[in-house]
Amino acid sequence: MARRPKIFFVDRLAALRNNEMSLREKVWQINWGLVVLTAMISSIGFAMLYSAANGNIDPWAIRQMARFGLGLVVLLVVAVIDIRVWFRCSYTLYVVALILLVAVEFVGSTGMGAQRWLDLKVIQLQPSEIMKVALVLALARYFHGMAMEDISRPTALLFPIALVLAPAALVLKQPDLGTAMMLLMAGAAVFFVAGVRLWKFILVGIAGLGAIPIAWQFLREYQKQRVLTFLNPEIDPLGAGYHTLQSKIALGSGGFFGKGFLQGSQSHLNFLPEKQTDFIFTMLAEEFGMIGGLLMLGLYALILIYGLAIALRSRNQFGRVAAMGLTWNIFFYVFINIAMVMGLVPIVGVPLPLVSYGGTALLTLMATIGLLISVYIHRDVRISRRGVGIDY
Amino acid sequence: MALIHEDNERSKTFTRRALLVGGGQALLFSTLAARMYYLQVVESDRYTMLAEDNRINLRLLPPPRGRIVDRQGVPVAENQQNYRVVLVREQALDVMQTLTKLAQIIELPDYEAQRVLREVGRKRAFVPVTVRDYLTWEDVSRIEVNAPDLPGVSIEVGQTRSYPYSDQMTHVLGYVSAVSEAELTGDPLLELPGFRIGKQGIEKQYDAPLRGIAGSSQLEVNAVGRTIRELSRDEGRPGEDLVLTIDAALQTFTYGRLQAERSASAVVMDVHTGDVLALASAPGYDPSLFNVGLSNETWNALIKDPLVPLTNKAIAGQYAPGSTYKMMVALAALEAGIGPDFQAFCPGFLHLGNARFHCWKKGGHGTVDMYQATQHSCDVYYYELSKRVGIDRMSDMARRFGLGAAVGIDLPGERAGLIPTREWKLANMGEPWQAGETLISAIGQGFVLATPLQLAVMTARLANGGKAVVPRLTRRSDAASPAAGETAEPVEAGFADMGIPAAHMRVVQTGMDLVTNNPRGTAYGARIAEPGWEMAGKTGTSQVRRITMAERAAGVTKNEDLPWRRRDHALFVSYAPVQKPRYACAVIVEHGGGGSKVAAPIARDILIETQRRDPAGSPPIALVGDQLSKRG
Repeated sequence: MARRPKIFFVDRLAALRNNEMSLREKVWQINWGLVVLTAMISSIGFAMLYSAANGNIDPWAIRQMARFGLGLVVLLVVAVIDIRVWFRCSYTLYVVALILLVAVEFVGSTGMGAQRWLDLKVIQLQPSEIMKVALVLALARYFHGMAMEDISRPTALLFPIALVLAPAALVLKQPDLGTAMMLLMAGAAVFFVAGVRLWKFILVGIAGLGAIPIAWQFLREYQKQRVLTFLNPEIDPLGAGYHTLQSKIALGSGGFFGKGFLQGSQSHLNFLPEKQTDFIFTMLAEEFGMIGGLLMLGLYALILIYGLAIALRSRNQFGRVAAMGLTWNIFFYVFINIAMVMGLVPIVGVPLPLVSYGGTALLTLMATIGLLISVYIHRDVRISRRGVGIDY
Repeated sequence: MALIHEDNERSKTFTRRALLVGGGQALLFSTLAARMYYLQVVESDRYTMLAEDNRINLRLLPPPRGRIVDRQGVPVAENQQNYRVVLVREQALDVMQTLTKLAQIIELPDYEAQRVLREVGRKRAFVPVTVRDYLTWEDVSRIEVNAPDLPGVSIEVGQTRSYPYSDQMTHVLGYVSAVSEAELTGDPLLELPGFRIGKQGIEKQYDAPLRGIAGSSQLEVNAVGRTIRELSRDEGRPGEDLVLTIDAALQTFTYGRLQAERSASAVVMDVHTGDVLALASAPGYDPSLFNVGLSNETWNALIKDPLVPLTNKAIAGQYAPGSTYKMMVALAALEAGIGPDFQAFCPGFLHLGNARFHCWKKGGHGTVDMYQATQHSCDVYYYELSKRVGIDRMSDMARRFGLGAAVGIDLPGERAGLIPTREWKLANMGEPWQAGETLISAIGQGFVLATPLQLAVMTARLANGGKAVVPRLTRRSDAASPAAGETAEPVEAGFADMGIPAAHMRVVQTGMDLVTNNPRGTAYGARIAEPGWEMAGKTGTSQVRRITMAERAAGVTKNEDLPWRRRDHALFVSYAPVQKPRYACAVIVEHGGGGSKVAAPIARDILIETQRRDPAGSPPIALVGDQLSKRG
């Protein structure tokens, strides 16, 4: 007990600093490097959307720019909001996202054979995108209140597993295999960094492999087709394998230096499908070659490094776990999208973060980065187990 | 305390695992980079090629087929513009409405409109669909006038081969028709829908020059096949025009004269140049049937017709030459040292062993020499000659005159005929030559076979004094003829002399003169009376069956008493004018009866018409460059 005053002092100091952090200080603290990085990637996106419309700012680039403007505001607002507020809101946010997901089941618009959209008149909302963030926050909050020994209790994992499975099942039902997988992987990543024992992952992994034949039954025909085509693209070069093949042709023909801006024959002659959304990376790599592709990959890597650094710098478990989970989300987006267009994984509808045309995805990504910055700004804030007040 | 300790442990675990996750991410990103390298550097060339394949569509531009004209430049095969009305869905506001309007302007049956609707539904919006083919000028102008009311409707121009002389010229020209599976050579031009190649006659013989060389257009297309722009264009080379040696008017006359008979053929040629002026086989057929595509019934009718209209009898019909062969025997005898004053007594028959060989004249000719024997066509005299000359020397002479082997005219499907020898019989029939067969051969019967073209060539070589003239249908340097290309002057100097003494030739020529111009000659009734146009000739009557002893006993020897298919073939070979030979003509009327009564008058008429037109007086027109004139 002799050391208590010292600890009291340190904690008190930190708490004091946090409490006294003015908006101005927070803005000063904002990780501007990350913001610039985000703007750079988004700008490349604008250029690609301009090219996708055959050198027209309409219909995609202009709207994406407007959304980016809105997203920037969201990013900054999210960043300066106290992390404790996010901590307290995380369950509420999760529940709201879950309700929206259920709502989509009933009143959602159908796009590409799946119910994903919620028409709110002003914007079309994709609740699964919000869920990707909400899930990470909810899990981070749960693990924040868990000591190591609590985590090792098997029953302690039941609640977070339910948190993951509920939205994943809803999304799968839409059906959106890609997002369901992202939710599961985000959950797994959070579990992992929170300290869940490794053997449990191995156990689940084995169980998961065993469940593949059963899961297969639940897949829609087009999903089965995508997996089969991925495993053997020669099945049907003009049908289901067409997208992958044309994407590879576009990438490969881009070569090292690319065909030049607006010069991608595969993209501009419409051989490349969905070039403004899922296959935008292909277009970039066709027009700017491997150099452009690697540059893009490098920019994403920088964002990930920022995310990792922020997670490691944070002194509260909520911030750490949330930052890691959110970074994982970004990583997984990028990886699956690029791997998909290069024929490494089956075609699943996963956009390229910040670049692909799409409002909700862009706003969610900007909010995600806002949250990362918030974790950074509030890295020294201590959050009580229950999240109220300062825990001494 | 526990809390802090715990948090430390938690934070250490977190740091460790976060770094692990970061490492994993770095690894996976490296995989992406490696894949990018593989696709964009290692495999780049392959994918670049595939992208070009995607992007570039090579469209062949079929060359217009060369025209064919006769020696005076009269077109005998040309390309007719064929107008068709097409509909492009994306330009038509309402397909149904447009079709209804179109049906008010041109004739458009309901089932045709239904077909168009189906096709429009099946094809891409920018692909033209043919509404009706072979429009008349009237239809075309009506559509053009109403164009503002017919969005998406346009007129396209195609080309069809047309043969103005139809069946009169069909055996010379042949026809063009769609490419069959077996004729595909890998040349993509042949795979174009609607492309036609020569299948018979001149169209087949000169298919390559007539066809020309396909041009191509490199088009940039998008994923659905719409043309974005033309990248490059190669016009190719249109087919060359072709000038025939044929005189179209003479051909028409000849065919018309033959058509009066059931089945006949004739060849008229220039004895000096080898130019074939007319080559006809009746009945003919309409060559455009094959161009448009003929029905099963028409096809079956054509191939089952006993008069074989599809066969060019002038070059592929093989007949026993009958008495027209006697000139060969006479020349062989002269060469063997038997003079023209050699005499033989004809009692109407000749005994050889136990067999009796008859003369065509029952009572016999009495004592005749070579001139008289030719004039009267005495069979017994030639039996006697052949006994002294032997089959091999006779056959050798015949071969020198172009019989027994394809003469090499530039037409596909020429038959070789047959001139028998001892070796030939032993090799092909396994039996030795019989002495009686020599006698039969001497009157052009038995194994001996010749085509009308060969007989015309034989006659031409007799008329020109023994020059090995070769017939030809064009003066192209790549024609089968060895003659020097496009020469205006007679080129007899170009043909080898066959080495037959002029005195021998004169004997035979005199004999042939007597046949037509001596009142007792076998074809005096068919002589040409016009001074300076007189012809010399030789009749021939070839039996298609042996007259049995029973028939002879019963007195059935008259052709008129026999069914058509068993009647004799009537032959006549001739040349004119006698004094300065220029034209040779061979006529065969299948089952026509006697050569003097049936074939000789036809030959006379043809040779009169030939001399009246005198096509040899003006050589075939010359081409300017490759083309006659610019084609539209």
